[in-house]
Amino acid sequence: MDVTPLCPVCDAEVVIPADAMENELLTCAECGSELEIMCLAPLALELAPEVEEDWGE
Amino acid sequence: MTRVNILGGSGYTGGELLRLLHFHPQVEVAQVTSREQAGRYVHSVHPNLRDVCRLQFVHPDALEASDLLFLALPHGRSARSIEKYAALANKIIDLSADFRLDSAEAYKRWYGEAHPAPDWLERFVYGLPEINRERLRGADFVSGVGCNATVVNLALLPLVESGLLERAAIEIKVGSSEGGNKPNAGSHHPIRSGAVRTYRATGHRHRAEVDMALGSALPIHFAVTAIEMVRGVHLLAHCQLAKPMTEREIWRLYRGRYRSEAFVRQVSGKVGLHRLPEPRVVAGTNYCDIGFELDSDGRHLVVIAALDNLGKGAAGSAIQCLNLMLGFEETTGLQFPGIYP
Repeated sequence: MDVTPLCPVCDAEVVIPADAMENELLTCAECGSELEIMCLAPLALELAPEVEEDWGE
Repeated sequence: MTRVNILGGSGYTGGELLRLLHFHPQVEVAQVTSREQAGRYVHSVHPNLRDVCRLQFVHPDALEASDLLFLALPHGRSARSIEKYAALANKIIDLSADFRLDSAEAYKRWYGEAHPAPDWLERFVYGLPEINRERLRGADFVSGVGCNATVVNLALLPLVESGLLERAAIEIKVGSSEGGNKPNAGSHHPIRSGAVRTYRATGHRHRAEVDMALGSALPIHFAVTAIEMVRGVHLLAHCQLAKPMTEREIWRLYRGRYRSEAFVRQVSGKVGLHRLPEPRVVAGTNYCDIGFELDSDGRHLVVIAALDNLGKGAAGSAIQCLNLMLGFEETTGLQFPGIYP
């Protein structure tokens, strides 16, 4: 696989490993978002959910 | 080697200049002056420079000619004697506010007195490379920048240039070193320690530099608050955008503007503790970190930025300018990270 899709959060290019699999998690080097490969053909990335910091309690 | 002198080297900005210049491969500091510290070793005032700088302060009257002269004097002093200093060096960088503004009228409005050398204002180039790079190349006379003005200018520049900014309300938090090394009532430990003291809610003098860089027509308001911090400036700007934007579009806008800027970093992370800019991360460096969060309506953008007031907000930018003035690689002597934690 030789494609560089864009991060759905920050629009930076995300390098996809040649042996990537569906549901694999990747990290965007620019914004640090954890991304999930939803589909390989066609390639689709989505933001993986994460627990957020909340000091309002 | 280019020989540089520093007039007024005992203050915090002078000390930061010395620290940075001693690791600049194409510059040699020949003399550093201090009226009060003349005869003493530099490291007796700037202890971090022991075994790095072996110079002794000399009296200003003993200042000799050099290739480039830094003026790190209290505001007002550079302008009053600029003819004398210009006879000592073909190139000058003045870190005070004396030559930052482009008109004597603006100077009088913001500094409350007539400019002592108004004919010199147009000879100086405002020393922020991110907006004035081409004019700085080969320039002979360059001004420093205001630290608070710089964080505002860099944080909002992409929004203003793209016509997206409708208005901005900004809170700036600053460390105690912004006040210089002369004690005053506000710097007295019982007052300064633990402070969250807004010392200027409107009308800060650095607004003049923001008007100059971003234009005076936009409603940009900023208040400045002293907090428990020694070095650093932290900006948080509530920006109203002219139209709804997506997070990706904001990323693209800032990346497009600053992609080729070595000292402006985009920090809007999704993981880790430091997802947005924080002064401690840039302390001692020439970086300005800029990040953002976009509200769900797409028009309320919160921009956050951080820099070191003595670094990118003063001495770091000045050395970046030196590199441009002398034809050196712009990043020379400035590419190193800060300390962490």
